[in-house]
Amino acid sequence: MPDQTVLSLRDITLSFGPKIIQKNISLDVRKGSIFAVMGGSGCGKSTLLKSMIGLLRPSAGEYHVGDENYWAGDEAHRAELNHRFGVLFQSGALWSSMTIGENIALPLQMFTDLKPAVIRRLVELKLGFVGMLQAIDLYPSEISGGMRKRAGLARALALDPDILFFDEPSAGLDPITSARLDDLILNLRDGLGATIIIVSHELPSLFHIADDGIFLDPRTKTPIAHGSPRDLRDNCTDPQVHAFMHRERDEEGNT
Amino acid sequence: MTDQTTTGPSAAQPADRMPQWHLQGEQTAPVMVLSGSWQARAGNIPVFPKDGLKKAPGAHLSFQTSNLQVWDTGLVAFLWDLKRVAHDAGISLDMQTLPGPMRQLLELLPEVPDEPVHHKTARTPFLETVGNHAIASMTEVGVVSELGALTAKGAVLTLLGRSRMRMIDLLANTADAGPYALLIVGIVNFLIGAILAFVGAVELQKFAAGIYVASLVGIAMVREMAAVMTAIIMAGRTGGAYAARISTMQGNEEIDALNVFGIPTSTYLILPAVLSLIITMPFLYLYGCLIGMLGGFVVAISMLDITAAGYFHQTVTAFGIGQFVFGFTKSLVFGAFIGLTSCRIGLKAGRSAADVGIAATRAVVVGIVGVIAIDAIFAVIADVLGI
Repeated sequence: MPDQTVLSLRDITLSFGPKIIQKNISLDVRKGSIFAVMGGSGCGKSTLLKSMIGLLRPSAGEYHVGDENYWAGDEAHRAELNHRFGVLFQSGALWSSMTIGENIALPLQMFTDLKPAVIRRLVELKLGFVGMLQAIDLYPSEISGGMRKRAGLARALALDPDILFFDEPSAGLDPITSARLDDLILNLRDGLGATIIIVSHELPSLFHIADDGIFLDPRTKTPIAHGSPRDLRDNCTDPQVHAFMHRERDEEGNT
Repeated sequence: MTDQTTTGPSAAQPADRMPQWHLQGEQTAPVMVLSGSWQARAGNIPVFPKDGLKKAPGAHLSFQTSNLQVWDTGLVAFLWDLKRVAHDAGISLDMQTLPGPMRQLLELLPEVPDEPVHHKTARTPFLETVGNHAIASMTEVGVVSELGALTAKGAVLTLLGRSRMRMIDLLANTADAGPYALLIVGIVNFLIGAILAFVGAVELQKFAAGIYVASLVGIAMVREMAAVMTAIIMAGRTGGAYAARISTMQGNEEIDALNVFGIPTSTYLILPAVLSLIITMPFLYLYGCLIGMLGGFVVAISMLDITAAGYFHQTVTAFGIGQFVFGFTKSLVFGAFIGLTSCRIGLKAGRSAADVGIAATRAVVVGIVGVIAIDAIFAVIADVLGI
């Protein structure tokens, strides 16, 4: 089933108290696709991601993960659904009091009955995927930002999730590391058969990997375009989207 | 390993769902046959033995995966074992015989993994450890004194109007260290006064000297308890907060930003913190004395046969102004000590979340132990001087 929908949002409104961040967000994420959430700074990209991984309850609308209504159940139900998720946070969000290996082992220790030797083997495997095996016994403070990001990716993969969320995966990385991370993301998507939701405004990376997406507008506080970044770049007529995709200043002089 | 086993596709039986592998075919062209379900969560993924392949340089190993049922990263872990062993045996893997996803994951994994970097855990000899600690402690005393000197200099410059401590910082810190601490300082000192009165009343009553409970509570509060208890509370409350705040700023590179601008941390951060404690501690001490005596008064009146006026009179005559000055001076020193050490500990802290916890803990421990140690020194000095 190539067109199976894994995540769907219907008329979601996100707000902090009375302040509305985005409204009327509807989107469907197909299984196996890489879905990009795009938009300028402060448009609510990260807030949307937060809501999708269960950190912020939307003030209106429905959110389905597979066939399950995500926000309808209780906390335990959401925790169950969250085991399908792997999240790479913006700066890695590794637990600083643990080594990289322990960071990846923790979810396995908490949610499986595997023996320590088996867990160690899986941890090594996940670190092997991201090319970080040598850092298994180091602490997060001892490695560089790019390595922290890759270690965060390995931790996101710990429980073999089928839906991965990446918050600005290439922010703060040099172009070469960033391109390698893109290839890694593609390889993992194809290898694991995972679905990936990515929040980013790194255009080259988006054009390279994403095959679907949504564009959020900070002014009207609604999504103004749907489609893959490549497609939006070439075909979208909306001036704002056009400006974003071609790195132009809009009429008010904002980037 | 040349037997030709054929397994039917009867997927329903549990025995078939076990992950199974065997090698078949010639030594120059071995075939790895995989069957069953390979899932990491099941915890039954076999390890490919290190001597599983004989040395056969130039040989190609191919895969047969037609009987494979479900698989996930567990299978990839096994294939990685195989990849490393095959590399050591000089055998190349025919990746084209693997299904696409499996191949893509396996290609990410290195044949010869880098050795994990370990921490050096060499034990230092005992004497060296002692020496290191001694030098570190002396350095620390020096650094804290220097910080104190810088802060004092900052204070003088601020008084002369040539430095820039922002009054708003001082006011905010003072509000936090003063009025907001009144409740807890009050409760603790009230109870300390009450406890002293209890203990005194039980003993003094036997000698019909119940009235001296007032003297006991008064002298104890004014000389020792109010100053020490207030300082301990402030070390836990405000000292811990300073250390946590400054070490978090350290983690966010906020201190670096201050340094780059050339804003001295001593006048911007430490001076308001230390000054606020120096300003508030004496007042908190006086307040603690009064509340402590009130606590003693409540207990004495309810337990003993003495009048309120009698208690008051006895208290007033119990100690002279010298005792007050002594306690007052101590509270000033305690305030400066807590402010300086907690800021220093915050500045010295590492940059992670765990380091913030360590810094806060250390500030509280150093604050409490230091306050009691300084109090002991004061007691000796007072004894020598006959105060």
